[in-house]
Amino acid sequence: MTIAVLLKQVPDTTAKIAVSGGRVDQSSVAKWSTSPYDEYALEYALQLKEAGGGDLVAITCGPARSSKMLTDAAAVGVDSMLHVVADTSEMDSTQIQSILAAAIKHCGAEIILCGKQAADTNSGSTGPGVASLLGASCVGMVSEVGIEGDGFIAQRGISSGDERVVVSKPCLFTFDKGLTELRRPNVKGIMMAKKKVIESVSAGDLGVDLGESGVKINSHAPPPEKPPGQKFEGAESVPTVVAKLREEANVI
Amino acid sequence: MDITIIAESNGNELHPVTSQLVGAASTLGGTVTVLCPGGIGEKEASEISGVAKVVSLKGDCFSSFDSGAWSHVMTPHCGDGIVMGSSSPSGRELAAQIASKMGVPVVQDLTGIDNGLMMTRSIYSGKAVETSNASGSCVITLRQNAFEAASLGGSAEVVTVDSSSEVSVAVKEAIAKAGERLDVSEADIIISGGRGMGDPANFSHLNEVADIIGAAVGASRAAVDSWDEIPHSMQVGQTGKTVNPSLYIAVGISGAIQHLAGMRSSKYIVAINKDPDAPIFGVADYGIVATWEEALPSLRDELANL
Repeated sequence: MTIAVLLKQVPDTTAKIAVSGGRVDQSSVAKWSTSPYDEYALEYALQLKEAGGGDLVAITCGPARSSKMLTDAAAVGVDSMLHVVADTSEMDSTQIQSILAAAIKHCGAEIILCGKQAADTNSGSTGPGVASLLGASCVGMVSEVGIEGDGFIAQRGISSGDERVVVSKPCLFTFDKGLTELRRPNVKGIMMAKKKVIESVSAGDLGVDLGESGVKINSHAPPPEKPPGQKFEGAESVPTVVAKLREEANVI
Repeated sequence: MDITIIAESNGNELHPVTSQLVGAASTLGGTVTVLCPGGIGEKEASEISGVAKVVSLKGDCFSSFDSGAWSHVMTPHCGDGIVMGSSSPSGRELAAQIASKMGVPVVQDLTGIDNGLMMTRSIYSGKAVETSNASGSCVITLRQNAFEAASLGGSAEVVTVDSSSEVSVAVKEAIAKAGERLDVSEADIIISGGRGMGDPANFSHLNEVADIIGAAVGASRAAVDSWDEIPHSMQVGQTGKTVNPSLYIAVGISGAIQHLAGMRSSKYIVAINKDPDAPIFGVADYGIVATWEEALPSLRDELANL
């Protein structure tokens, strides 16, 4: 069985985001990290491999800098890495999904794990869209997954609470924050990872014809500034604030 | 232009966000059709002003959520204009699957759209805003509470379609929600606590205030990471939930950039913090420099007396 985990490199959640020339200025990002929910996908992909055997491949689609993230994944136990080198920043969802679906087919994976959404675009389209392209079952908002019989059992969040669901391969899981701790690489893992070769391809190598993006980004801008608020000293100001919430803001 | 709206359900009822979707659709112009998965809320949907037709989709596959099976049944009923859903987790999953089956792009979690199909959404969890244009047919999801709801008073025809699809995600066991408390992503008022609360047991003081005003209780990442008693489902911020209630009350929260990203679009923000230099005051409409021990009892009493 081949398991694929889809990873995306994003600005670290502690990083400041600056806008320059109508676009987020990627060159000013101080630190790049694996998107937080993807880290849980990676952790559970490692657990599935440990429990059921098979090969685990980490796949990303992104610029050259993303390869470091794949090496980090190898340091915790990923067997192979596939990097589709492309600038995804102006792509629409159909373009990104067709690249990733082709990459998964290229690796022969039938079990796919990814984060519920990336910390930069905040969309949550990629996992379900890729599942649809591959004809794979899709389970979203997963916090835990394990092997059960010939298939898998996953705990997922739905609006009324959590539930456990069972699926068979081919299947795709999108992860929320997981119910487990993330593992950290050890020295041996880091040394081994440095020797591993990343398979680097283009979208064209995978036979994907991207076409035109159906969504044109007009501009990026900083969030609107709020006018300065009113500040009060001491708990004795609580009645004043409550009165303002009722009379000025009209929210209670 | 045809606009197809995917109704959002809340248990066995129509979720109020559905009226907001219709409200947004009305500003775009065009014929509005509402699809009701499993037939849930079909009558309520037909009474929303501006709806031309309701398609009630009945079938065994709608008894539990399977975005693959649902989208298989729903996609043939989506017109070739705009398909619109809610940006709830299940709404996004379904929208992405439908877009993929239609072969069109999906743009998630819009906070604005105009009749030139200029779409506004926040990216980097609110650290930036993106505007974009679709060149043709597309699927979009809208953020709850960001659009005016359409009023009642419609009387659209309801067409029932029996359809089936093979379900591949089988529910084995339902796990009840830990608490009966309102979820932060559903609430119009939220009161959140941070590590400044000192001890998870002190969240009971937030619960007291929340009960009086019908608020949900949230938490900062620092609180969730520090205390097992505070579940991740309460976390507001970049790796938790992004919220935009009418009123957000932050108590003992310093205002780390991740937290601000998740709540800064709230209509009104009240901050209670003993540190006058806490960054949370930078986004607060009303800041109170005080300890929670002093401020919360007073807040509780004032709200109870309204």
